[in-house]
Amino acid sequence: MIEFLNFHLIPGIVLGSIYAIGAIGVSLTFGILRFANFAHGATMTLGAYLTLTLVWGTGLHPLMVLPLAMAATGFIAIGMDRAFFKPLRASDTVILVMASFGLMLMLRSAIQLIWGVQIEAMIPGIQRPFVLFEALRISPRHVLIVGAAIVLMIGVHWLLSYTKTGKAMRAMSDSPELARVTGIDTEAVIRATWFVGAGLAAAAGTFLAIDTHVETQMGFKILLPVFAAAILGGIGRPYGAMAGGLVIGIAEELSTYAWFGTAPLVSPGYKAGVAFAIMVAMLIWRPSGLFKGRVF
Amino acid sequence: MDQAYGIFLYALSLLTMGGIYAVLTLGLNIQWGFTGLFNAGIAGFFAVGGYVAAILTTPPAEAHLGGFGLPVPVAAIAAMLISAALGWAVAKTCIRLRADYLAIATLGIAEIFRLILKNELWATNGARGIALVPKPFEGLPEPWNQIAMAALVLLIVFALYLALERARLSPWGRVMTAIRENEDAARAAGKHVEAFRVQAFVLGSALMGLGGALMAHYLKFVDPNLSDPLTATFLVWVMLIVGGSGNNKGAILGAMLMWTVWSATEILTSQLPPDWAVRSAYIRIFLIGLVLQIVLQRYAGGILPERREPPPPLKNRPLARKPAE
Repeated sequence: MIEFLNFHLIPGIVLGSIYAIGAIGVSLTFGILRFANFAHGATMTLGAYLTLTLVWGTGLHPLMVLPLAMAATGFIAIGMDRAFFKPLRASDTVILVMASFGLMLMLRSAIQLIWGVQIEAMIPGIQRPFVLFEALRISPRHVLIVGAAIVLMIGVHWLLSYTKTGKAMRAMSDSPELARVTGIDTEAVIRATWFVGAGLAAAAGTFLAIDTHVETQMGFKILLPVFAAAILGGIGRPYGAMAGGLVIGIAEELSTYAWFGTAPLVSPGYKAGVAFAIMVAMLIWRPSGLFKGRVF
Repeated sequence: MDQAYGIFLYALSLLTMGGIYAVLTLGLNIQWGFTGLFNAGIAGFFAVGGYVAAILTTPPAEAHLGGFGLPVPVAAIAAMLISAALGWAVAKTCIRLRADYLAIATLGIAEIFRLILKNELWATNGARGIALVPKPFEGLPEPWNQIAMAALVLLIVFALYLALERARLSPWGRVMTAIRENEDAARAAGKHVEAFRVQAFVLGSALMGLGGALMAHYLKFVDPNLSDPLTATFLVWVMLIVGGSGNNKGAILGAMLMWTVWSATEILTSQLPPDWAVRSAYIRIFLIGLVLQIVLQRYAGGILPERREPPPPLKNRPLARKPAE
């Protein structure tokens, strides 16, 4: 039981929070720009490296400098949109997806060029976990990740429910034509979407880096689980993406628990496959996701 | 003299690798160029083809499944069949998905293939891979074995080109174009859209399996890096888009051209001081991405854009009605 909590459920919640924050960005850009952004993974990596650089520069805790890294990633994303996606706004979806492929390659190689490929630690040293009830072991970094993720989720909720920009974003996700005729500046909404989506990607990358480490492939490795979470939650449904992220993260970690007998249900080598399998199954049987998202 | 000989051998390797990539781009061209299926899992079918060929032809070994000792052509056909069968299974489940959902699903499936290749040690020897894959014409003396290998690959590419060009101009090919351009209209015209899409996906997967088999025999080695999405999926996509999707000549040209660029920039960058040589590997990938962006924005049709032949004149059609007097 304790083993289940310490090694499966708690890591699952942490991983799920990371996926959830990443998936909100995918879901927002997919809902408003109507294409699957394959460069989202590289954006997460970029955010983690920006945070790392700020940590090196200031010596502060990663979460202290995270807002700055999020803003920087957001502005970079607006620049990338201007250079690579805006000229293709009228093109077919698939052309946009190809452009995001190309952007993914460019971003990743730029990161490798600037920061090198060696693995870096976001927080050096080993932290001693808290021990509750003499058995439950909770690592401080896990508490920080989940706490910060909750703060960001509340922030997203506030943005979408109470601000003009957020309402315009939801309107555009529901119907771009209707949004345009009501006088919404669609380009401004698109910029806001990139800013928020990429900022959250930077946060997800940083959380993953705090949980594990910083390396240039980290974003690509969690890109598919993040897509899986966005699809599970329903495209264009940020709250669904949060739930989807948690479900995928917990499912991945629980899949290796010895549910029957002593052997793990799914061999650890296939852990990553759990998210892909859930995603493919959802795409086939219920592409609108658990929360009735949109199918474009 | 030695230098000229070295350049000659290098040109042969360019032709061979470019030819193997041309098999992949032709396969992708059936799926994407003809029919509009966004397969982002090329690497998966390519790697499966390579592993099937390797397992069927290698001598018996403790570390992995093998010892069948089949001749290379039989193994290549088996690689095509198994890739096609997997392609059929994938297509049967995913073919109704819209473009980018299909891309996400196929990317996920390719990653599952990759996990299987990495983890099923009894069959694939995991990350260490399978060595001692026989190479055709190995017995010939030095330049001739390379020449024969290059000729074999180019012959296969040429044969595929002829067959696919015929397919493209046939009624079958025109149905594919119709499905790509307007699925509803094709359905209204009585075409079984799903069945045609499955055919295109299976045929393309078979060619990707063949490409994997050729690569396994050429490199004499397979390991899970064969399914690296960067070199086996994205590079193939860039090749097809740059060359001109929908155009078989464009697919071959794109493969040859981009492989030459990819390979030649490696030589250029290896001349740089060691500190820069490592970094410049990333500049290459950056440039590949940039080329893709420029092509997408400026030359959306690629170097050789698709050419649409006018329909045959009415009087040659068997069922054409005579014009009213």
